[in-house]
Amino acid sequence: MLLIFFLLCLVSLSVGSFHIELSHLLRSLAKALTGSFSITSQEELIIFSIRLPRILFAGIVGAALSIGGVIFQALLRNPLADPYILGISGGSALGAIVGILIGASSFYLGVPLLAFCGALITVFLLFIVAGGTRGALWDNSLLLSGVVINAFFSAAILFFLSVVDSLELHSITFWLMGDLSRASLKEISVAAICLFAGFALLYGQARKLNLIVQGEETALHLGVDLEKTKPWLLILTSLIIAVVVSLAGIIGFIGIMVPHLMRLVFGSDHRLLLPAAALFGASFLVLADTLARVILAPAELPVGVITALCGAPYFIFLLKRKAT
Amino acid sequence: MSLISARNIDFSYTEKPVMENVSFSVEEGQIAAIIGPNGSGKTTLLKIINGTLFPDAGEMLIDGKDTKEWLRKEIAKKVAIVPQDISIIFPFYAEEIVLMGRFPHLNNYRFEDKNDYKIVFEAMEKTDTLAFARRRFNELSAGERQRVLIARALAQEPKVLLLDESTVFLDLKHQVQFLTLLRQLNASEQLTVIFVTHDINLAAQNADRIILLDCGKIYAIGNPAEVITAAHIKEVYDVESLIDRNPQNGLPRMTLLT
Repeated sequence: MLLIFFLLCLVSLSVGSFHIELSHLLRSLAKALTGSFSITSQEELIIFSIRLPRILFAGIVGAALSIGGVIFQALLRNPLADPYILGISGGSALGAIVGILIGASSFYLGVPLLAFCGALITVFLLFIVAGGTRGALWDNSLLLSGVVINAFFSAAILFFLSVVDSLELHSITFWLMGDLSRASLKEISVAAICLFAGFALLYGQARKLNLIVQGEETALHLGVDLEKTKPWLLILTSLIIAVVVSLAGIIGFIGIMVPHLMRLVFGSDHRLLLPAAALFGASFLVLADTLARVILAPAELPVGVITALCGAPYFIFLLKRKAT
Repeated sequence: MSLISARNIDFSYTEKPVMENVSFSVEEGQIAAIIGPNGSGKTTLLKIINGTLFPDAGEMLIDGKDTKEWLRKEIAKKVAIVPQDISIIFPFYAEEIVLMGRFPHLNNYRFEDKNDYKIVFEAMEKTDTLAFARRRFNELSAGERQRVLIARALAQEPKVLLLDESTVFLDLKHQVQFLTLLRQLNASEQLTVIFVTHDINLAAQNADRIILLDCGKIYAIGNPAEVITAAHIKEVYDVESLIDRNPQNGLPRMTLLT
């Protein structure tokens, strides 16, 4: 899996509106790895300051969204749940847009922080709306509340879009559809730290997730402290999602597809599922982003378009299969 | 001090009380049965014993300590429950389900070691579940699932085993095997067993102590001869019955009169 990821990264590095020979690419990479790092040609400039950061970022975003999907599907015991459907992405996006509009981007990490607030408010709302019911009912009403909250946030986002001036409009719209090209190296490294730290912490909960997917009662019987575990998981996951959304916009369907595919291949043990989903999600988004760059080159598609084009039919396929 | 003791427990899910002023105790090494008609609060009582539910009033003590003060993991090391049946959405192997019984004994970042696998293997051997270790839990029959859940509870290495109708789906051979296993563990490791059942004879033949519930209250409590009487059965279940003695052990035996 790791190998696939690296190979994909290599391919992605070489293709694009400016084609780079694989041999040149390997030579440049080898040079960078051996420590004598200096950008000497236009090719190397493209590799190191444009494509490599972007690919790393795509990997981070893909991994984060997939992990988010795994956690939410486990918590809700529903293979259709993901941060996008539950409105967490929407909440983060709304927070981020508010941040952009009030000028929080001039503060360091201002926008991601507001996105995180947006995500937390969403989680909070989810619990209020779905609260008061228990068991399977609780799971379903949580999902429904998510859909409603998502619709509400979409409307709010549209409202903000219609009042801002047209110059910002284009860039916000593009960002909303998922845009991996805008993050700076500094922001990417923040996202990477959040992802790795979040993953390490979440991985410690993997065994608990195995029990939670079997029902809350079973989890309690076997000694999972749900009162503490559930909010902890939700907050951690929201943090990761919020950081990613604030930097890359809304990229749908990865969170739903990747965990499901991985479950088909590796089973449901989260100790295997979490790393597998992270790696596959990373690979998938690198691939999708490469396609987004290449298909209409030199113009670019938003990567969210590609994932949604793959994801929507898959979602329908899932629903159909579940019904039978 | 009793291992398990309930003191004046009240409990309700909504307005309607499910449990009223219930007090009893179970000593270490005892086998106790909880019987009673549908909706009399048997399963609820099991959940209160292992601290899944907390009483509204009164206290539930394990080893003299209130279940509210126990850490969930610590309870799970001491008390295991075999639920009626569970359905899971995500695919797990039977073996993985049993391995989860080791959860309370492990830290977050520790994988199961040889000893854990040995315990799981033994639990599956005892419950005759090794044959379908690598099959998906959801694809098993109800009786097979029940045995897997029993194996999971054994893998927890509990001091107290709570059983919720755990023999209903078992065929005769596996019923006998399971009951024999319980008696063995009871004799060799002082395992305390509390089981809920509809089968009066199962309770009468196997329990040291029987708790007869009626509408959330304890109607009678004591040894089988004291609790299983035609008058009690008539009063609680509203059926006529003939109670005689099992010629082998002298314990009460019930035949329904229709």
